[in-house]
Amino acid sequence: MTARATFLLLLVLLWAAPAQAGNIVAGEITGEHELTLALAAPLDAAVDWRGRVGVVERENPDVPLTVTTAALSPDGRELVLTLAEPVSGQGAYAVTLRAGPDGAAESFHVRKGVLAVLFSILISAALIQNFVFSRYLGLCIFFGASGRKETAVGMGFSFSLVMTLSAVFVWAVYNFVLKPLHLQFLQVLTFVGIIAIFVQLLDTVLRKVNPFLFKKLGVYLVLITTNCIILAVPLILVDNAYDLWESLALALGSGAGFALALFLMACVRERLELADIPEPFRGLPIAFVVAGLFALAFLGFSGMSF
Amino acid sequence: MDAHEHTVLERLSNGLIKENPIFKLALSMCPAVAMTNTVRNGFLLGLAVLFVQVASNVTVSVFRRFIHERIRIPAYIIIIATWVSVSDMTLAAYAPGFYKEIALYVKLIVVFAIIISRLEVFASRNTVWPSFWDGMGMGLGFMFALMLVGCLREFLGAGTLWGVEILPFKPFFFWSLPPAGFFAIGLIMALFIWLERRFNAWRAKR
Repeated sequence: MTARATFLLLLVLLWAAPAQAGNIVAGEITGEHELTLALAAPLDAAVDWRGRVGVVERENPDVPLTVTTAALSPDGRELVLTLAEPVSGQGAYAVTLRAGPDGAAESFHVRKGVLAVLFSILISAALIQNFVFSRYLGLCIFFGASGRKETAVGMGFSFSLVMTLSAVFVWAVYNFVLKPLHLQFLQVLTFVGIIAIFVQLLDTVLRKVNPFLFKKLGVYLVLITTNCIILAVPLILVDNAYDLWESLALALGSGAGFALALFLMACVRERLELADIPEPFRGLPIAFVVAGLFALAFLGFSGMSF
Repeated sequence: MDAHEHTVLERLSNGLIKENPIFKLALSMCPAVAMTNTVRNGFLLGLAVLFVQVASNVTVSVFRRFIHERIRIPAYIIIIATWVSVSDMTLAAYAPGFYKEIALYVKLIVVFAIIISRLEVFASRNTVWPSFWDGMGMGLGFMFALMLVGCLREFLGAGTLWGVEILPFKPFFFWSLPPAGFFAIGLIMALFIWLERRFNAWRAKR
């Protein structure tokens, strides 16, 4: 049963990976500065391949990276590229190879294993780049809903739910509608519209289908529309050209990070009610100072990278 | 004419001090924390917010009779998003260097609570001129708050103001770190509350 599920999952993952055809059959990151390409047909050892390859980061396709060496294996089926800069954590690279006699270019995407990338995006969104404490977004809701632990948990849960669903939705609309029609400049308008409609839809459906859950989450659903994070995640996933699975990981990670931040803050604020605070600091100002302390602590995560 | 001048002054002082978006209403604090490490960033973002606030205030007050009560929130959001796209593209074209630093926050102006709350509270119930001045007041108040925090942090953190060197050393590098935004706003907010208390007590004594 588990084996079959794993197989199905693998099949889906394979399907989600972009299909590529050409001489390059595989590519992987093999070292701190190294990318290795496997080739279907052997290359000519006499040619200087360094001048014929181009490597760019997927996020910055306009900035070519420096390739210091390009070593061909004796059988001509493996090309090892050494980059001047170290391979970055979530690194996904597009390698172009002009192999044909007419100089026809072929491009291939090289990156770390799928699960490693997903994991690093998830952890990065939840802790290293925590939306509240490292990117300083969603503060209105953060200060508004962190008074009590129950509210914080309810808000965190409904937020993660809406975030994940709307991220998938936005990803699909961007890649299947806006991009083919070259309407990228409408992204802000479209995303905000989609999110507003989506929240309204969820509100209506939940009211009919599961009144119990609606009663629990209803109040927060309305608030979510005006949360910066809910719009920031789609903007970030479009900027980084994430695929469906990476978008899901980003959405889940940021939802978990937001819930964590809310919960931590609620714990402290419940204690603060009993503390003797100087009068001008009561209420919001002391909450800001506490958030600042949390942010300092989260700054420590910035040294972590994958 | 007299009445008109009265509203102008009243709206401006309301936005700048009495209902300052950041220190008093405590709305839209994300940019105030994240983008105030220098005065210039605060100024540019404040300018974008001022423009979007005034433009959407005017648009909504012009069309207030045509917007149906029940779909007003989506309608407001679309209006705001349109003006945000305009300012986003303008900044990207004319100030690309600075735009890179504040790009995400400019796009996020769409969901700033202050803008939609002014549309709901003021522009949807008033004529064009008062709405215009209300937008000016709120936008300037926002910009003032951002620049105040920016001044404090840039001066204490880097010893400069608007990139001009004032002190030959860095007095307190901590204020340049991102988390210091929270501390700066908490302290200034407490200062505002304290001053208001003192002022009220002083007035009551007289």
